[in-house]
Amino acid sequence: MAVAAVKEKIASQLQDLQKADGSIDPEEIVAIVESIVDSIEGDMSADGLKVYADIEALALYINTARAEIADLRPDDINDEHLPAATDELTAIVGATEQATNTIFEAVESIEALTDKMPDDVAEQISLAVTSIFEACGFQDITGQRITKVVTALQKVEEKVEALLNAFGDDIKRSDRPKKEPEKRTTTPSGAPARPDEDLLNGPQMPDEAISQDDIDALFG
Amino acid sequence: MSTVDMGMPILIVDDYKTMLRIIRNLLKQLGFNNVDEATDGSAALQKLRDKEYHLVISDWNMEPMSGMQLLTEVRADTKLKELPFIMITAESKTENVIAAKEAGVSNYIVKPFNAATLKTKLSAVLGNF
Repeated sequence: MAVAAVKEKIASQLQDLQKADGSIDPEEIVAIVESIVDSIEGDMSADGLKVYADIEALALYINTARAEIADLRPDDINDEHLPAATDELTAIVGATEQATNTIFEAVESIEALTDKMPDDVAEQISLAVTSIFEACGFQDITGQRITKVVTALQKVEEKVEALLNAFGDDIKRSDRPKKEPEKRTTTPSGAPARPDEDLLNGPQMPDEAISQDDIDALFG
Repeated sequence: MSTVDMGMPILIVDDYKTMLRIIRNLLKQLGFNNVDEATDGSAALQKLRDKEYHLVISDWNMEPMSGMQLLTEVRADTKLKELPFIMITAESKTENVIAAKEAGVSNYIVKPFNAATLKTKLSAVLGNF
């Protein structure tokens, strides 16, 4: 390709990039860099060779970074990890609220009995009941803090989505096979890893869990 | 001798039902039994306009109407502007406390709080009991 034609092609590609609405496909940058490299003809000076090597290294760096990001499967972060974390946190709020209400029911029952108790005992019970009510304020505080964390996770989700959009569909919805995490033979403390580790998923979400009655039914 | 009417109607406002229950129970422990509830500022404002209350104890962070908006509405209402208003909130930044004070809050309690703190603030607003 003649030098003038190459220049025109590169100028056109750069104009397209300027028109892009903030999302630049790294593939386009790589294409432009390759065009520049291809346009270098004839004998080159030492400076020209250095520029050539730097541009080539830049192209390689972009491609490598792109491949590494794709390997990280960032689409999983938004599709699985963040929604799962949000659900778990929401479940914590629900579970602590339910537990707190159960405590209230029990404490209010105890408090109702103070009329039938000797005055000195009733007074002590009343003080203990007050302490329990005060302590139950944790549910409100933890609920508010967890809501803040959920909001932060949603912000992360938005940023990851922007990153995915910037890098294009091949990274966003990568069909590369998932890398399975390496099996650990020991725990971080050096103790042998549990052979049933794969089965331990922690508490299930309410809509995924089965009840004790269901489990009892399975055992006949 | 206490000059405080322990049967005075009190409105407590919070979007967390758990907190409503805590405040109600602590007020009961202190001897106040005439307690009504609302779960946001707009519901509270409606109740305040429908019935006479002698005290409002409100959270700050609520949707759709916050405790701060409720306070502003109360202070702008000719019939409600003198109503004692205590804010109970986790918002403990200085600027928030100052903003509430400038809006006319009677007193301010930071969560988590205990019965002793509640009693102290009630005494400061209503008089000793």
